[in-house]
Amino acid sequence: MKWSDFRDKRAAELGERLIVRSVEESMTRGTVVLKSADEPRNKHQSVTLLEAIAEFEFDCCIGGARRDEEKARAKERIMSFRDEFGQWDPKNQRPELWNLYNARSHKGENIRAFPISNWTEMDVWQYIEREGLELPSIYFAHQRDVVLRGGAMMPVNVPLADGSVINVPKAGETVENRLVRFRTVGDITCTAPVESDADTVAKIVLETATTTITERGATRLDDQTSEASMEQRKKEGYF
Amino acid sequence: MNPSPTHSDSLLRFMTCGSVDDGKSTLIGRLLFDTKTILADTLNQIEKTSKKRGMEAVDLSLLTDGLQAEREQGITIDVAYRYFSTGTRKYIIADSPGHEQYTRNMVTAASTANLAIILIDARRGVLTQTRRHSYLAKLVGIPHLVVAVNKMDLVGHDQAVFDRICGEYRAFADEIGLGDVRFHSDVRAEWRQHRRPWRGHALVQRPDLARRARGRPGAHTERAEAFRFPVQYVCRPQASDDPELHDYRGFMGRVESGAVRVGDRVTALPSGQSSVVKRIELGAVSLPEAIHEQSVSLLLEDEIDVSRGDMLVPSDEQPMVTKEIEGMVCWFSETPLSPARTYLVRHTTRTSKAKVAAIDYKVDVNTLAQEPATALAMNDIARIRLRLAQPLAVDPYSDNRATGAFIVIDETTNNTVGAGMVTGAAPL
Repeated sequence: MKWSDFRDKRAAELGERLIVRSVEESMTRGTVVLKSADEPRNKHQSVTLLEAIAEFEFDCCIGGARRDEEKARAKERIMSFRDEFGQWDPKNQRPELWNLYNARSHKGENIRAFPISNWTEMDVWQYIEREGLELPSIYFAHQRDVVLRGGAMMPVNVPLADGSVINVPKAGETVENRLVRFRTVGDITCTAPVESDADTVAKIVLETATTTITERGATRLDDQTSEASMEQRKKEGYF
Repeated sequence: MNPSPTHSDSLLRFMTCGSVDDGKSTLIGRLLFDTKTILADTLNQIEKTSKKRGMEAVDLSLLTDGLQAEREQGITIDVAYRYFSTGTRKYIIADSPGHEQYTRNMVTAASTANLAIILIDARRGVLTQTRRHSYLAKLVGIPHLVVAVNKMDLVGHDQAVFDRICGEYRAFADEIGLGDVRFHSDVRAEWRQHRRPWRGHALVQRPDLARRARGRPGAHTERAEAFRFPVQYVCRPQASDDPELHDYRGFMGRVESGAVRVGDRVTALPSGQSSVVKRIELGAVSLPEAIHEQSVSLLLEDEIDVSRGDMLVPSDEQPMVTKEIEGMVCWFSETPLSPARTYLVRHTTRTSKAKVAAIDYKVDVNTLAQEPATALAMNDIARIRLRLAQPLAVDPYSDNRATGAFIVIDETTNNTVGAGMVTGAAPL
């Protein structure tokens, strides 16, 4: 099942109202301008996110970020304060002690809550296994067209909802059909899968235990632009 | 928050105390390396960065110094958390800076730790900073300390040096009343065996530590603690046509300490009304008993007045309900604590306005001398008395971390400006 169908099905099961905002909408509004058609869109998600927070006046947003994912995230609070510009100020964070969380904010400001901050990638998979949770198929091994680019396997010729296709192979790149799965799911313009034949949760748990690269290491091209890319994006409002 | 109560039984949260020069980063790096937590791409990355800076060896401090400013200045500013697992047990390391101006970060890291590793440079012995770290560990109630004497090679692996340092530390530990202190003597043996400085893995995996340091954040005192259930939310599905649900009133929250069973008599504080536990629900499952760290809904036999911020406790084992507390605080803010101002005190799920009635004394963290004070600056540690607008149900921090801890919030900025540990309270 396609991940978005999975998402919609889950929302229907819970009987909850699902709000979706996309970078494409921000592009239509003119608040996101791409330098080129194939520019990674990940950092632009901050714009869309901040627009959605303003639109609905959310005072708290819950995210699934974890400290073990990335070195800037290792410094993140469970209740993380963002000012009226959505900025994270890593040098000036609220101390967080015991289980006493300070989620206070003024109007226009925002709290990002990360309840699974202290989980590791392994914890997540063990939890999924123990609770028998259902997942979108993108997390399991599947065949996919990729090209090798910058040490990562970039998914190519990805169709979008509006019928257009992104991640078109560049001249000289060879498209290969490989057995892959996504360890982390982000914007397809900068998120690469890993080679894997793990088609069950049990196999993924095993693979996670024996992997020699980090979750974002060979998979997130957005993290690789500089040593502090994540920190920079978070300062601008990113999750 | 841990994946599950069963997982947390095998989780140990610990912190390391010492400065970069003491080999703290090397210890952490070693722990992560030995447990194969540093994966190839991370190692490549820090190798690249180390080389870029003209260092000969890989700088393991780059593993924990994640912020740009920290890397620029080569210092640790904030607490970083690192995770590793040995197969049988999971570990969370809180790495905090060791210098005096970062006392507040150390207090933060200590608040969730069950064990602290205090590093001592064999050439320098017990220093002022060793005393400060130990005092803070004691203040925040870390039940287990490991004193690791490092750089033994630089004193020629001299047993006499090791024994002298241990003796000196032991005397100091007795003076401030530290409980479980162990000295890591294996260092020397391992030196000879492996010719390498740290086998951190072995250090935390020592069976005596693994057995004794039960990783239970909810029961930091590691003694049988009384049941404490601060109410987070009252669940009343009002729009329901279902007659079962129509009268449903579930008190939702986390069991902060102890345990509760169906049939137990409980009292709601501060009201003092009591009832009997009718049902315990964990999600859709009914349980006969709930233990610390479980987030559950409690249903009572009688309709008594309970709202968010109230606490359910055993009727025969109650905390003190008070509007005046005495506690040790660590001040976090650049704006000094002023007795003229009104603050907010957050204690369990309740927030109350508070005024500083008195600053009894300030502690010199280096000499442990008590000094008079009229205001508190950042990183100051002091005993203060607070008057509260609303009653709180408190236990002394030494009996219960969850109901003895509080934070101080600045009403204007909403910043957390201080952290406190209850030492005493006046009855209502």
